[in-house]
Amino acid sequence: MAKTMETSQSQTERQTNGTGSNEKNIVYKTKELNLWYGDNQALKNINLEIIENEVTAIIGPSGCGKSTYIKTLNRMIELIPGVRTAGEISYRGRNILDKSYEVEELRTKVGMVFQKPNPFPKSIYENVVYGPRIHGIRDKKILNEIAEKSLRGAAIWDEVKDRLNQNAYGLSGGQQQRLCIARCLAIEPDVILMDEPTSALDPISTLKVEELMQELKKSYSIIIVTHNMQQAARISDKTAFFLNGEVVEFTKTTKMFSKPDDQRTEDYITGRFG
Amino acid sequence: MAKELAGRSVQEMISEKMQSKRQGTSLERIVPILLFITAAVSVLTTIGIVLTLIFETILFFNEVSLKEFLTADKWYPFSETQASYGILPLVSGTFKVTGIAILVAVPIGLAASIYLSEYASDRARRIIKPIFEILAGIPTIVYGYFALTFVTPLLIKFIPGLEIFNALSPGIVIGIMITPMIASLSEDAMSSVPNAMREGALALGSTKFEVAMKVVLPAAASGIIASIVLAVSRAIGETMIVAVAAGSSPNLNWNVTGSIQTMTAYIVQVSQGDVGYGTTIYYSIYAVGMTLFLFTLLMNFIAQFVSRRYREEY
Repeated sequence: MAKTMETSQSQTERQTNGTGSNEKNIVYKTKELNLWYGDNQALKNINLEIIENEVTAIIGPSGCGKSTYIKTLNRMIELIPGVRTAGEISYRGRNILDKSYEVEELRTKVGMVFQKPNPFPKSIYENVVYGPRIHGIRDKKILNEIAEKSLRGAAIWDEVKDRLNQNAYGLSGGQQQRLCIARCLAIEPDVILMDEPTSALDPISTLKVEELMQELKKSYSIIIVTHNMQQAARISDKTAFFLNGEVVEFTKTTKMFSKPDDQRTEDYITGRFG
Repeated sequence: MAKELAGRSVQEMISEKMQSKRQGTSLERIVPILLFITAAVSVLTTIGIVLTLIFETILFFNEVSLKEFLTADKWYPFSETQASYGILPLVSGTFKVTGIAILVAVPIGLAASIYLSEYASDRARRIIKPIFEILAGIPTIVYGYFALTFVTPLLIKFIPGLEIFNALSPGIVIGIMITPMIASLSEDAMSSVPNAMREGALALGSTKFEVAMKVVLPAAASGIIASIVLAVSRAIGETMIVAVAAGSSPNLNWNVTGSIQTMTAYIVQVSQGDVGYGTTIYYSIYAVGMTLFLFTLLMNFIAQFVSRRYREEY
């Protein structure tokens, strides 16, 4: 580790950044990850480290592989037929790409919030307790507690506490998205993956979700894919810039948006392309 | 192309066409009228059928009291001295057959639809769905003889007391007949549940089976219930299979191994025979037909109520 850091121009250095991370607080360590959709290579030699209780933003133009990458972190990518991977992603020290890693187990530790709010067509309450329920928690009292705690955690409790039994599709888009976050919090994950969570929301709802993320990062590690560079600048601690399936630069957000190392990063964040 | 343009602009050509259209026949005005007439034909036919049913049924009740029709436990229309018109034996025959058909069709149909929508590869789906449609296209008379000459003898080997004509065998065969309908329509309902919901559930660590049972099935509930009700209506109205394989003994009991008669089979029996126009027996088929109609109407109301009650909107 120390050796690679000395060679300041090496790719490893640029990608894994130099802040004092030790093995303990590394959540995800991606090593030489390659991914293909059929014959199309979507990810090329990705090396990234995600640190505990930080917000890591992934930015880049459409088709650069950022969504693909975040979906490999909980193996949702496997839903797409014809996907092949090579390399390693270790989550808390275990390679999740190993077939012996049970995907259901991984996904109870790594929650995900999607681009479009996707609550179940059930009541607000049933949405939140869905996760705990399928994992065997049946006690009504415990479920009630989980529901309240999760909805509070997602800053939506006050808006829905009087209508927990109403259909979730009666909520506004922003409320639905926070409900989806509550649903995710209900199983107390370790990491929350967010795939452009505000791209379908209006500015006020976006602001609420962003405030929520600041709150959530105290207890969770968050990885967020975003199209919106201001959003990345506002909320993240570190930012990775993806381009054509490669990580061009991965560093502290403040540095990324003030003096990036790579010319392509600068071009992108100043709006010269993308 | 370039030649045809010959110096004229597209706008000029369009306006020429518009001119000639305006001068031509006003097809635009006739078409809606023609379409309305075709729609009206089916509505009027339905009204006509219902009115016929009602009038002839009233004539029947001039001769037989409604009380006897609803409460008498014997259906002996052909007895000259002791004719008895109690609908219950026929209703029980219909219910026995329909009940057995549902017991066969709902579990198999639902399981098949879950397989098709959640597990089957595109290839498997492409092969299986047309087979369902073929099954649905087999004439019911073929199913009738399948019940009588194949299923009944097979069942007799396992159930020694089974009569040649019974409720069990046609019930099972009607179940087989309506299974593809439930499977196919339920599969449509489940396939139209947005993938985002499956992803949401999978991302919470659900297994595929949990997603199917706890998310997709409830989300598609109204479509599934509709398919079952449609299939039940079909089973209630099914005529050929029961006429061939169920016998013609209207009996009010719980026995499914003996000969029965359903409402539809009775209507067939009367219309085959040489029953004179204007006799009580002749009018009785309208009363039975009316009862049948009320049952299917009731099924439709139940379907609407249930699917509205359990609809999970998304």
